Order: sequence, then structure tokens, then C-alpha cells
Amino acid sequence: MEVAVFWVLAVLAIVSGAMVFRFDSMARATFSLLTSLLCVGGLVVLLGLDYLGIVIVLMMTIEMAIMAVFMVMYMMNPAGLMPMTMMHNKKGAAVVCGLLFALLAAGILLAPWPGRRGRPPKDPTMDLGMSLMGPQMLTMMTLGMALFATIVATVLLATRRGRYDRLGDDLRARRPDDPVRGGVGR
Amino acid sequence: MSLELFLLLAAALFCVGLFGALTQQSIVMLMMGLELMLGGVILAAGTVWHYIAPATADGQVLIVVAVTAMALEMAIGFAVVTALFRSREIDMTDMAAEMKE
Repeated sequence: MEVAVFWVLAVLAIVSGAMVFRFDSMARATFSLLTSLLCVGGLVVLLGLDYLGIVIVLMMTIEMAIMAVFMVMYMMNPAGLMPMTMMHNKKGAAVVCGLLFALLAAGILLAPWPGRRGRPPKDPTMDLGMSLMGPQMLTMMTLGMALFATIVATVLLATRRGRYDRLGDDLRARRPDDPVRGGVGR
Repeated sequence: MSLELFLLLAAALFCVGLFGALTQQSIVMLMMGLELMLGGVILAAGTVWHYIAPATADGQVLIVVAVTAMALEMAIGFAVVTALFRSREIDMTDMAAEMKE
């Protein structure tokens, strides 16, 4: 049963992953990517990591829903009613990717992989939590700082008017140039 | 199922994503390629955890890092596209290349 599930998910992941770059519709490309990443989540569950697999499934569903909105916002032909190609250097990229896959496959098939060391814990999720709050605390702190920095950076990038728009190039304007006056001195 | 099969699948996903990242002109489509590549990394980390070192949580931690990288990449990517579109009305990599000059 597990073998059948593996092959179904594996084929679906590859085919839907490749179709992302074949579809003419932006919406279809997004949902094709979602299918591929949901299969990855399913395969992670198959490997015994139920918690992380479900996290991937939930996160990718939300992420792709947001991506679909941005695709329709910024790109032409969201419904795929006309043929569309937005690719460059297809041959060169195909050669690079083909060579890389051959190299990776050779490494995977020829490497003397070590045997399985130890047994999986009864509760891998608990193991992950204890690791992140213990020996891998630095990883968790780095991820937290990266998330915080991303929040600040995305707000700065997405905001329409910055401090130079408000206070001039030398930041010395006595009053900020706001379209709507506000604050104490209005 | 074996370690090699899972890793071959992960390598295939990574290479399909790389093809998209190298060929796509649209920044949003380029980000989709990066997401596929990270999907391959996630699968490889899970495979190494399951088949080689299930007793330690290092493989799981690597999956957490990759999933976080996916979220950060998307958030920053869309913010950059928004800023680019607002200033130049472009969403294609070829047109954004002139900004380095």
C-alpha cells in the first residue's frame, strides 16, 4: 500500500511541478505548484514525520492562495485564454538542469550510504520540539530573527511613502509632507 | 521504497525548479521555481532523517529551516515585486536588469 502511495505522489509531484512552467494560465500554474508541494507534504508524512507533513500541507495551501492573488494582480492572462510564453534561454537551462540531475543521480546511486543508525523516537514531534528548545536553540533564534527582519523589510518595501518623501532628501523639513495632516500639531 | 528512490525524486524536483528559476522571465514565476527547489530540499532532509539518522532530530530541524525559507522568500519576493511595480511598472526580470546600471 505504501509503495503505491509513494509512486502516485512521486509521479504527481514531478508532473505537476513540470506543468507549472507549461500552463498558459497563471491561476493553473499556481494550483499546479500547490499540487506538487502537497505531494511533498504527503511524502514527508509517508516518511513518518506526520507533524511536519501536515505543517507543509497547511502552509503551502495558504501560501499558494496568496500567490494566486499576486499572480492575477501582476501578470497578464490569469485565465489562460491566450497562449503565453515568458521563458528565455530554454536550451541552456535544460542542459544545465539535465547535467545537474545526472550528477545528482550518479552521486545518489553510487555513494556508499551509511546504514540506519538508531531507531525513530515514539514521538518525533516531541523530539523536534526538545531539539529546537535545546541543542538547536541557536537555529530557532536565527529563524526568529530572520522572520522579524522579514516583517520589517516587507513593510518598508511595500509602503508607498518613506521618510524621505515626508521630510525631504535631507530629512530636515520642519513639517512632514503628508497628504492628510495628523498628530498633535495639526 | 528506498533511500535512493526518495533522493532521486528530491533531485528531480530540485532540477525542475531550477529549470523554472533559470528560464522564467516573470519574477513571480521565478519564485515558483525556487519554491519547487526548496520542496526537493525538504524531501531530501526527510529522507536522510528516516533512512540514516532517525534517532536525532537534525533532519527535522533542516525541514523547519527550509519551510521557513520558503515563507520568507515568498514574503520578501512579493514585497520586492510590489516595490518594483510601483516605481517602474515592471514585473519581468529582463526589465529589472537595467536597475543595476
